[in-house]
Amino acid sequence: MSKLTSQRLVWPVAVLVALLVANLMANHSFLSITLQDGNLFGPLVDILRRAAPIVLVALGMSLVIATRGIDLSVGAVAAISGSWASMHIVSSSDRTSVGVVLVAVVVALVMAVVAGLFNGLLVSVLGIQPIVATLVLMTAGRGLAQVITNEKILYPDNTPGYKLIGGGYLIGVPFSILVAGAIFALTAALTRQTALGTLIESVGVNPEASRLAGIRATRIILVVYVFSGFCAGLAGLMLTSNSTSADPNSIGLFIELDAILAVVIGGTSLTGGRFSLWGTLIGAFIIETMNSFVVIAISPRSTDVFKAGVVVVVCLLQSPKARRWFGGVVRRPTGRRTPPPTVSPTAPDTAPLSVPAISVPALDGDHTQDLETRTS
Amino acid sequence: MKFRKSAALLAAAFTVAGLTACGSDSDAPSGDSASSSTGIKGAVIGFAQVGSESGWRSANTDSIKAAAAKYGVDLKFTSAEGDQTKQIASIKTFITQGVDVIAFSPVVETGYDAVLQEAKAAGIPVILTDRAVDADPSLYKTFIGSDFIKEGEKAATWAKTEFADDAAVNMVVLEGTTGSAPANDRKTGWDNVLGKETKFKTLASQTGEFTRDGGKKVMEGFLAKYPNINLVYAHNDDMGLGAIEAIEAAGKVPGKDIKIVTIDAVKAGMEALAAGKINYIVECSPLLGDQLFDAASSVLAGKDIPARIITEEGEFNQAQAKAALPDRKY
Repeated sequence: MSKLTSQRLVWPVAVLVALLVANLMANHSFLSITLQDGNLFGPLVDILRRAAPIVLVALGMSLVIATRGIDLSVGAVAAISGSWASMHIVSSSDRTSVGVVLVAVVVALVMAVVAGLFNGLLVSVLGIQPIVATLVLMTAGRGLAQVITNEKILYPDNTPGYKLIGGGYLIGVPFSILVAGAIFALTAALTRQTALGTLIESVGVNPEASRLAGIRATRIILVVYVFSGFCAGLAGLMLTSNSTSADPNSIGLFIELDAILAVVIGGTSLTGGRFSLWGTLIGAFIIETMNSFVVIAISPRSTDVFKAGVVVVVCLLQSPKARRWFGGVVRRPTGRRTPPPTVSPTAPDTAPLSVPAISVPALDGDHTQDLETRTS
Repeated sequence: MKFRKSAALLAAAFTVAGLTACGSDSDAPSGDSASSSTGIKGAVIGFAQVGSESGWRSANTDSIKAAAAKYGVDLKFTSAEGDQTKQIASIKTFITQGVDVIAFSPVVETGYDAVLQEAKAAGIPVILTDRAVDADPSLYKTFIGSDFIKEGEKAATWAKTEFADDAAVNMVVLEGTTGSAPANDRKTGWDNVLGKETKFKTLASQTGEFTRDGGKKVMEGFLAKYPNINLVYAHNDDMGLGAIEAIEAAGKVPGKDIKIVTIDAVKAGMEALAAGKINYIVECSPLLGDQLFDAASSVLAGKDIPARIITEEGEFNQAQAKAALPDRKY
């Protein structure tokens, strides 16, 4: 199993390494990590710190996607939680009080959990399609955030306790990295050391069969959406804390797309039934390493083109069909038999088609069987 | 986007219907000089706002509402929440209601010709604020707004004086949203003044999307690559404020080791300027209310007004910021 996992992750890791090398070439001090006022400081630390909210949201998203769902509302949930916490701090009389920050954080996270519960109920109990169910909060959530902040941009500054969450340090390490690391370890332990992970995957493969097998699919789906909401809420706190500003229109804007991208790059299939937490982690790092490269090396006008290019390359690398096709092209000059002429014209058409199927694994025997069971 | 905004409105309506609208309590009329000098009192003016996308915009709305109260105008205010269709619909409603003057900040530059024709046919004068439209200039009376190029020129002029004695200046630029008029024009304005000065070397220029988070992220990248930055030119305050955080995290002193010039002069920016973390701010004022109703009263009195009215805007150094801060409205 570990061999399979490592094979599945080899391409995302290769892309991550390539991006790190590109960064190093654009900035020769890219790998330097120094102590600044006793805190770790350097481009790599910045990347990890900036990746923390994406890692959190993508962790929740991984589990949701594993149940064949999707959570589009994470950005809006982040906005709600970040806005509420900032509003509470800004309107409190004593910003430096630890109690104020604790109340802000706890209530904001409870709101995020309630939002997750709402999504979960729509999906699991009412049976609404996840993409539609979570669209409700994706749109209404930002409205709620605007109501919370009174349509203003808030600046929760001069609050050391709040600053710690996204922009502060604990024993020299950015606190957000520690939080994201802890949540990652906890998620990994809960899903891989217990049966929970398998149960989630089985629900994703076939909820009805899982139910018949005695798995409480409804409850599991509810739990993953609540977890996703919680992670998004925590990410919202980190984002507003890091930038010391809460703009309900921009907190976590498009983070759902980043998270889905991280999950997909990491080899988790959007069709559900399986997930890779390590893959998700690497996916999140790829996104942030790419962002860091874009800042120092790509003109603002071509940023989107560059990002799209990287994503297409990652997706193609993960598609066995595309790899085979590229392999054929590379081998041709060596004098080997060229592929039959019928292959070449069809290949350009099939390559893009294989992108959504990135992670439908050719390698993983038992899951292929699962897929067959599902489609039949 | 469209959906999001309307849903936002819906959610707002459902959740806290009783909440006071923003700015409704800030209409304290500061003087009655205006109402006595103009014949606009009691006139009905329809204003179709873009939406409430930023702190700047909220201040703009507050200013218009406050000025309406001050001038004794019956203001019909609508907000399009970034939706052009909605904005055109409210302008049409104004026409049907037969208001005296229509004013609006267009959501986008094109697509207003038909509704402007309608207003003209109905004999209702139109005034544009803050943003221009790409339409026949005879369809509206005037356009009141900032001159973004001028703002860039002012920022560059300050830098030229500030670094007059230095042999070389290493500069980084935090650009606004790529392709937006303020980002393009503020760059043009800067280049108009300093484009030919070889001692000003632009190490890097990258978009920070006009947000604090974007400014911080981009500045972190710049600081990691360039150890010798002397000057940051940020296209708005928020990005400058983000850059301050990045500079402080890198162990440097913003305002001293690295000088910062920004544009906007929102309250948070002015506070940072007063605290010495920013060196200079060029104002981009959202307080168009008084100028709007002045123009409206001239139009109603049948006077000719210039086709372009530029917002009255100032510039602030650190001492001026300290003095101006207590009265800062936004």
